[in-house]
Amino acid sequence: MAVQPAMPRSWRRETKPHKFCPGCGHGIALRVLGQAIDQLNIQDRMVFGCDIGCSLLAWDFFNVDTVQTHHGRTTPVIVGLKRARPELVCVAYMGDGGGYAIGAQHLVSAAMRNDRITVILINNTQYAMTGGQMAPTTLPGQKTETSPYGRDPDMTGHPTQGPEMVATITPESAYVARGTISRPKQLHKMVTRALENQIAGRGFSFVEILATCPTNWRTNAKNTWKFIEETMPTHFKVGELKVPEAFQAAAGGEGARADG
Amino acid sequence: MSEKPITGEKRVFMTGNEVVAWAAVAAQAEIMYGYPITPQNEIMHYWTRLAPKFNKTFLQTEDELSAGFTTIGGVLAGKKTFTATAGPGTVLMQEPLAMAEMMRLPVVVVVMQRGGPSTATVIYSQQEVTLTTFGGNGEGFRIVYSTATHQDLFDYTIKAFNIAWKYRMPTFVLGDGYQAKMREPLTMYDPEERGVELVKPEPYVGLPGMPGEERPPGHYRNTYNTEEELNEVVNDHVKAYEQIQNELPEHDEFGTENADLVVVAHGVVARATKQAVEALRAEGLNIGYFRPITLRPMPDQALRAMADRTKKILVVESAQGQLARLLKESLYGKTVEIVPLFRPGVGVTPEEVMARSRELVA
Ligand code: SF4
Repeated sequence: MAVQPAMPRSWRRETKPHKFCPGCGHGIALRVLGQAIDQLNIQDRMVFGCDIGCSLLAWDFFNVDTVQTHHGRTTPVIVGLKRARPELVCVAYMGDGGGYAIGAQHLVSAAMRNDRITVILINNTQYAMTGGQMAPTTLPGQKTETSPYGRDPDMTGHPTQGPEMVATITPESAYVARGTISRPKQLHKMVTRALENQIAGRGFSFVEILATCPTNWRTNAKNTWKFIEETMPTHFKVGELKVPEAFQAAAGGEGARADG
Repeated sequence: MSEKPITGEKRVFMTGNEVVAWAAVAAQAEIMYGYPITPQNEIMHYWTRLAPKFNKTFLQTEDELSAGFTTIGGVLAGKKTFTATAGPGTVLMQEPLAMAEMMRLPVVVVVMQRGGPSTATVIYSQQEVTLTTFGGNGEGFRIVYSTATHQDLFDYTIKAFNIAWKYRMPTFVLGDGYQAKMREPLTMYDPEERGVELVKPEPYVGLPGMPGEERPPGHYRNTYNTEEELNEVVNDHVKAYEQIQNELPEHDEFGTENADLVVVAHGVVARATKQAVEALRAEGLNIGYFRPITLRPMPDQALRAMADRTKKILVVESAQGQLARLLKESLYGKTVEIVPLFRPGVGVTPEEVMARSRELVA
């Protein structure tokens, strides 16, 4: 993390520096995605869809055709697009509220249908853009604007296990992983695979990314890092959950670990 | 695989839903995304049967939100894409349609009205007029054709694709459960053989060239940061819609010259009123008939001219004044008396229209 590598070719220089807060996880996630786009050489045959929430700030982030949609509706827009133009590489980028709450039926249905799209979901444990409300991913006891005394799992449930759910309902040709911005190298491998799996026409590809939101967590650099490195992984297990055989064969059977 | 679906003029006898599916094929629509709801289901049934023959795409989505948003995806991809819905489905459809309005996306939606409010009946009504013309958190920048016959359904479904892609506005074919389910004769044809040009769709994304290097990237959004930014966008819509208001209004009328009464109705109810007015005129009564075909934009000029030539207007609809509200707005400032004949959620017979008309000119 110390040395920032050069800006990916697919990034749009005119819109940098980007609009995310300092220390925000979106920037790292989008850097990883940008590098994967460069590496796979798909910039000119890709569509990037972004949701509402802080993810919408990415609407002019890339030199890539981009559609900013409604809250939770990026998945169906991208599904409709991909089915119309299967030769395009279509990515739906959203937050945990968009994917697991208001757009949950779309995520579940696209996964069940094994739609050949890539969904990248940022998990920062709360609704960031609207000012830090409780999300499906809020940790037990975590204080947010709508759980000021801490999330009570008895009343509001436990944090959504998104990749686990997607892995359960998708066929073997799907790719499912949970990465974290604190391990960009591992994350890069996951995002690349999630794109490759779509390009190969295999199946639904899903990466949840644990990401920082110091603004709403109200944490300094040290505690931000502690939360993402130590606290979040105790509730959200980082790693690949579903890896199509093609990757495992290519990696000599090591695919399932992806410990970067 | 995909030979011409219709060659020459073809006289057929079929349900309205079947007509819509054939018309969409004839209009060279490529994709339908939809969710089951009565009374529009058979549009999907026929589309899915025609699909493999003519190389068409279909997806049954998880709900109408998804049907609307996948339709947007299809349009962004540059394909003529449509969906069909009714009742509570039309309610859910407003969210994607608001996005289509904001981004001026040429989605085509066929609405087969059922009873309302709520789940109500699966049968029939004209209670989705307000929602279809002005639904969504916006300004109602949409184009709405209200059909009365199966021939209309065929003609205006083809037209809807052309108008949507020409003006880049969400466009509706507003039918109802009666039209959807009943059988009736009509003539199907290949529009191009008749000299009707089919407007070609264009992709918004996935164009040739490296975005940001050989061409600008397509960056499409519906979120704006400042009031001024938004105001500018909406003002552009206003301007575009002014052109539409000049160019697109359609209506049908007869006998409105110095009439004692003009009966105004749209859609299938206009058939009953037409029949009633013809019978009353045969009796020697001085009664006219007016049917707006576009409900958005309303045929304001023709309506206002008609209002100057008649003493009274009887507005007839299978709703509690949804057409009447549009009518009053069109006729703002006119002093002509407007008398309602509202039958929310039920059909209207020519006899009812005749009886009420007689009372009004007695
Ligand atoms: S509010 Fe949080 S998620 Fe949003 S940009 Fe700032 S740090 Fe990132």
